[in-house]
Amino acid sequence: MSKISLAVEVAGLDLRSPTMNASGVLGMSAHLLRRIYDAGAGAVVTKSLGPEPRVGHPNPTMVAVEGGFLNALGLPNPGVDGFLDEIRELKAERIPVVASFFGSSVRDFERSARVLSEAGVDALEVNYSCPNVDEMGMLASDAKTVRRVTAAIRGATEKPIFVKLSPNVTDVAEIAMAAERGGADAITAGNTLKGMAIDIDFRRPILANVTGGLSGPALKPVALRCVWEIAEAVRIPVIGCGGVSTWRDAVEFILCGASAVEVGTAININGFEVFRDINEGLTSYLNKNGFKSVEEVVGLAHRR
Amino acid sequence: MHTGADETRAVTIDRVVKETPDITTFHFHDEREARPGQYFMIWVPGSDEVPMSLSSIDGGNRSVSVRAVGETTRALGELRIGDRVGVRGPCGNGFRVKGSRPLLVGGGTGITPLTVLAEQMVSGGIRPRFLAGARSRDQVLFMDRLCKLLGDHLVISTDDGSYGLKGLASVYAIRMLEENGYDHIYLCGPELMMAKVFEAAETKGVPVQASLERYVKCSFGLCGSCAIGPYRVCSDGPVFDSEMLRSVKDEFGCRRMDPAGRMISVGH
Repeated sequence: MSKISLAVEVAGLDLRSPTMNASGVLGMSAHLLRRIYDAGAGAVVTKSLGPEPRVGHPNPTMVAVEGGFLNALGLPNPGVDGFLDEIRELKAERIPVVASFFGSSVRDFERSARVLSEAGVDALEVNYSCPNVDEMGMLASDAKTVRRVTAAIRGATEKPIFVKLSPNVTDVAEIAMAAERGGADAITAGNTLKGMAIDIDFRRPILANVTGGLSGPALKPVALRCVWEIAEAVRIPVIGCGGVSTWRDAVEFILCGASAVEVGTAININGFEVFRDINEGLTSYLNKNGFKSVEEVVGLAHRR
Repeated sequence: MHTGADETRAVTIDRVVKETPDITTFHFHDEREARPGQYFMIWVPGSDEVPMSLSSIDGGNRSVSVRAVGETTRALGELRIGDRVGVRGPCGNGFRVKGSRPLLVGGGTGITPLTVLAEQMVSGGIRPRFLAGARSRDQVLFMDRLCKLLGDHLVISTDDGSYGLKGLASVYAIRMLEENGYDHIYLCGPELMMAKVFEAAETKGVPVQASLERYVKCSFGLCGSCAIGPYRVCSDGPVFDSEMLRSVKDEFGCRRMDPAGRMISVGH
């Protein structure tokens, strides 16, 4: 039997497997991220880090809905500077680290990109698209702004830049092209889809923030469509994110054009083992279908 | 996902008991099976949603005992019979009954889940030794309930000596551990107390289960706000056994994350 490898190269980043955790999922500490890596992820993604520490929104911040969850955690994080020790701890163990970050000004983004790069992260994931923080609302939906801010970040770092986009826009491909023109090395597609939940007994929204982002299996068809449209529009790699729970989901994303996938909500359903399960399932899929690497499968569904 | 315990449901408060000047117990009905040491997310619409350990599991009767410390717990404290709250759970792992000569050490509101555990042990034919520690006499939770259940197996200590033994529960717990052949220790209360007793139990080679507290936000095991070491208190815990406690030694009894994820020191 020929040797099957799950190793992929995404925007210059060499990963032993094409899986990562989605930002905001368990990225609060080096210990938890190491557990994700130990479970089989190819790289780990930090909680989205802002210029200042944030406590996020009051509870309820998360509610179970049909086919997934809504969350409005409100980006709790210790701030870029407050997380550097955790990054160094992970890097001391040679774990590939993608630092997710956000800001409310070009200067924030530039500074964070510089500081995180100096701390030794392997790549940056720019979160333009958290649906739960008012001051960020417009960022991911304006192509010109995305291009301008991405270009500014490009000037501040030599690390690979992933731009994480929102599905809550009219034309996600247009935004992805703007990010590419701004100098992005990859697109992460996508973030959660804005929604809400109502409690009929209390006759009010359940989330303290009223609205939140939908994640989980219900999001998958939307995320697949985003990956598809972006893959047709840009030359840079795409990272799929949204409702990946099993190896089958991962294969679907890869066929749509994703070079790697990020996993979040499925950790609630399937535990940390979800990474190992996806890796094993992928290996056996490649094997059964005569592929030697994940890269051979990327985007195959586009050849209709 | 929208199944079972993950669902938020409205329950009606059917009994309110003032336990101490600042701790009140709220009873409600819920049929979902629960274990001592598990918790419910209690939602006070318009205020917040907080984790609360169960203080009774008796048929379909459930209760939580709340100390009014913050805005939400004060809002909870104002609830009356007939009022409704949202509940989700039971969440977390809960205690496992092990050993035939267990010692239970509870401090302050930490007495809560251990009382339910003691009741479960007694109904299973094991009469545990229970050390209940509090700041002063009027802060001792469930004194009558525990006395009826355990008789002379109940030992009470107060920091100010206003009832029972005078001084910190950890001091007496360690003394009891030295003198008697306990084969399992259960802990819930101030983290420094638990860390000290755990250390003593380790030297004696006695296994421990300790219920830990961290800032629980999502409670679905996804956000990471309640991390201690590689674990999530909300879903890998809240009950940690000796092996888990050993692996979080640099944090247990020392430091914890604040709501923004910054490391701060563990207070009393």
